[in-house]
Amino acid sequence: MSASEETPQLYQAREPIFPRRVSGAFRNLKWWLLALMLGIYYVTPWFRWDRGPELPDQAVLLDLANRRFFFFMVEIWPHEFYFVAGLLIMAGIGLFLFTSALGRVWCGYACPQTVWTDLFIQVERWIEGDRNARLRLHRQKWNVDKVRKYSLKWLVWLLIAMATGGAWVFYFTDAPTLLQDLLAFSAHPIAYTTIAVLTATTFLFGGFFREQVCIYACPWPRIQAAMMDEDTITISYRDWRGEPRGKLKKGQAAPEGGQGDCIDCMACVNVCPMGIDIRDGQQMACITCGLCIDACNDVMDKIGKPRGLVGYLALSDEISERAGKPALSAWKHVFRPRTMVYTVIWAGVGIGLIVALFLRTDIDISISPIRNPTFVVLSDGAVRNAYDIRLRNMHNDPRQFFLTVADNPSIRLTIEGVPGQLVTVGADAQLNQRIYLTAPAGTDPSRAAQTPVRIWASVAGDTSRIFGETVFNGRGQ
Amino acid sequence: MVDPTNKTPDNKVSPPERQYPDPKAKLKKDPPTTGHSWDGIEEYDNPMPRWWLWTFYLTIIWAVIYMILYPAWPMVTRATSGILGYSTRGEVAAEIARFDQQNQVWFDRLVETDLDDIRADGELQSFAVNAGAAVFRAQCSQCHGTGGAGVQASGFPNLLDDEWIWGGTMEDIHETVRYGIRNEDHVDARWSAMPAFGQDGILEEDEIDQVVHYVLRLSGQQADATLASAGEEIYLANCASCHGDSGEGDSFVGAPALNSAIWLYGGTYEDIRYSVVNSRFGIMPGFAGRLRDAEIRAVASYVHQLGGGQ
Repeated sequence: MSASEETPQLYQAREPIFPRRVSGAFRNLKWWLLALMLGIYYVTPWFRWDRGPELPDQAVLLDLANRRFFFFMVEIWPHEFYFVAGLLIMAGIGLFLFTSALGRVWCGYACPQTVWTDLFIQVERWIEGDRNARLRLHRQKWNVDKVRKYSLKWLVWLLIAMATGGAWVFYFTDAPTLLQDLLAFSAHPIAYTTIAVLTATTFLFGGFFREQVCIYACPWPRIQAAMMDEDTITISYRDWRGEPRGKLKKGQAAPEGGQGDCIDCMACVNVCPMGIDIRDGQQMACITCGLCIDACNDVMDKIGKPRGLVGYLALSDEISERAGKPALSAWKHVFRPRTMVYTVIWAGVGIGLIVALFLRTDIDISISPIRNPTFVVLSDGAVRNAYDIRLRNMHNDPRQFFLTVADNPSIRLTIEGVPGQLVTVGADAQLNQRIYLTAPAGTDPSRAAQTPVRIWASVAGDTSRIFGETVFNGRGQ
Repeated sequence: MVDPTNKTPDNKVSPPERQYPDPKAKLKKDPPTTGHSWDGIEEYDNPMPRWWLWTFYLTIIWAVIYMILYPAWPMVTRATSGILGYSTRGEVAAEIARFDQQNQVWFDRLVETDLDDIRADGELQSFAVNAGAAVFRAQCSQCHGTGGAGVQASGFPNLLDDEWIWGGTMEDIHETVRYGIRNEDHVDARWSAMPAFGQDGILEEDEIDQVVHYVLRLSGQQADATLASAGEEIYLANCASCHGDSGEGDSFVGAPALNSAIWLYGGTYEDIRYSVVNSRFGIMPGFAGRLRDAEIRAVASYVHQLGGGQ
C-alpha cells in the first residue's frame, strides 16, 4: 500500500447508518430484554418498603446525605462498604464469565448504550420510515416535510432522554416527594443539574454518537479480545458455506459447485446498527447484537437454504464444520475449565457476601484512644486515659448502652458530660462519645506502661453486648 | 481494522475480489499508511473523527475565552486579572464570610445563653465545642498544646486534669480567657504574684530548705522529717495565707494547690526550691477585643469539656 495521492482529509466524517427493520428470534429477544431492563430502571425507585417511622420507606435508596444504602430488607452503613466492593467484584467476574462463554452478550443485549440506541433507532423508524425512506430523507434538501420529521424525532428523543435523566435522581431521595418538588420547581438545584446532564448525554449518545461510543469511547471492545478464546460462542459468518458468494437470479439455477450459499444480498449489512459487514470476520466494532442472524435466516428461508449462514458458533468448530462433521454442542463449549473457574470465584464471592450479611451485628463499637497526651495525672495521683468511642445502633428504635470495663476492676469508667454509665444512641444512628478510664494511684494499670482493656457496651434490657479492645497507658514506672 | 486481502496462510479460502456497492467504501477499507514499516508492521494513516477535530478547535476557543475572563498571563508583580475579577483569595474570603453569616444564628445563641446553660443544650454545646476547638488550635495551642496538655513542669498548665489555678467552672474559664492572666492591657486581668523569698532576702537559706521539705511532705513525697517539721512554722507564717493551711491552694487568688500530684513547674526538691527562691509565674493574654464574645464562649466550652471542667 502506498500513501494516497489525494490531499489528506483533516477528519474522518461519520458515515450515517440507517439500519433496516428486521424481525426474528433475536429481534424479539432484544425487545423483551429492552422492556425488562427499562422497566427495572424506571419502576425500581417507586417500590415502597416499610422500615418503621424513623427510616425512609423507599425499597431501593442511595441516601447520600445520611450515608445509608437501602436495598429492600438490607441496610448498608458506610463501614459496610465492602458489600458494594463485593458486588462490583461479582459484576466484574460475571462479565468475564459471560464474555468467555458467550462473547460480547453484554454489549449486544444489556449495555445501556445498546438499549437506548435501539430505542432511539426505533423512534426514528416510526417517524421517518424504514431504511430506504430514511436514506432518501437524509439525502434530500431541507423542506417542510424534512423539518417536521426531524424535529418530531428530536423532540421524542429529548422526551426519552429527560425521562432517563429524570428516573436516575429518584434513586437518591424519596421518589414521590422529589417528583412533586420537581414539578413545582422547588427541588434542589443538584437534582435539576443531574437531570440536565443525563438528558444531554442520553440525547447525544443515543441519537447522534451511537456506534461511535462503542468504537472510540468504550474500553470494553478492546478488553474483550483477552476474554474470548476459540471455545467462546460468538456470532460468525460461515464463510466455508457462503463463499464464493454470488447473486442468485430468479428461475435460474446456481452454477453447480461454483457458488456458495451467500447471495450477497447485503441484508446482514443493512440491518447492522454498527454499520459493519459480519462477513469480514471477527472485528472490534461488532457488538454481537444478533440482528444479522435474523436478517440472514430470513433470506435463507426465502431461497430454501438451511438457516445459520450467520449464527452463533465457536471458532474452534470451524475445522470440523469445514470437514462436514457436526460441531460440538454448545454446552461442551461453555463448560470448560476457564468458565468453571470464573463461576467458582463468582459464586464464592456471592456466598461470602450472603454469609457476611447474615453474620453482621446490629450494634457496633469502635474505640480510638486519644494519644495527645497518652495519659493525664490527676491531683490525687490517679492516671486517666481518654477515648473517643463510636457506638452504632443499627436498629429502628433508640437504644441505651451500658458501658463497663468488666475485666479490670481497678479501672473506673466515666463518661464526659453524662453522669453514670448509660448513654442513649438514637434509632439507626451513631453516637460519638468521649469516655475516660481512670486507674487510682498505686494500682497496677496506673504503674504499668500499657494494660490491655476491653470496653463493653451492653444494650440495656437486652442480652446483646459487644466489646472493643484498646490499651490503657500508665506512667510506665 | 480488518484487512480482507490479508488472510492468514492457513485459510484455504480465497474469496473473489469483493464488489463494493459504494466506491467510497473501497477507500475506507484500504486507507493509506504512514509510510513507516517496523518489522513489516505498517500503520494506517486514518484521519481523525470529526468530533475529535471539533473538540480540538473548541479547546482553542475556550483557551481564548478563559484568558479574557480569568487570571492568565503572569506579569511582573501579579498575573493579569481577567474581566471577571476572580481570585482564589477572594473566593476564600467570600467563603469565610458566607460561613460567618450561616453561623451568625449560632453565635447569637451562644452569646444570649447563660454560660452554665450551654452544656444542657445539646446542639449549642456541639456547635460551641467544635467552634471552640478551632479557636483553641489557632489561639491557645501554642502554649497549652494541641491536645490541651500544656508542657509538663514548664509552666504551661495542663487543661485536662482536675486542678485549676484560677478555677475550673465555666464562669472561671471564661473570665480567664476573656481578661488573661497578668495581662497589663486589661484592668480586670487575673493578677497574683508570689514573693521571691530567696532573692528578696525574706527567708534565710536554711529556712527555705526547711519549708521545701515541708511542702514535699504536704504533697505526699519523701521528705526529711526534722527539716519538714521545722518548716511547718515557716510555711504557716509565709505561705499559708495564699496556699492554705494544708496546701489546698486558693483559686480566688490564683495560688496553686501544693498537696496534690500536679506541679506546674515540677515537684522535685530542686524544682520547688527554685520556685521559692526566685518565684515564677506565667502570663496569658486576654482575648477580649481579639476574639468575638461568641468565640470566647465557644473556647471556654471547649476547654471545659476536655476532662477537667467543674
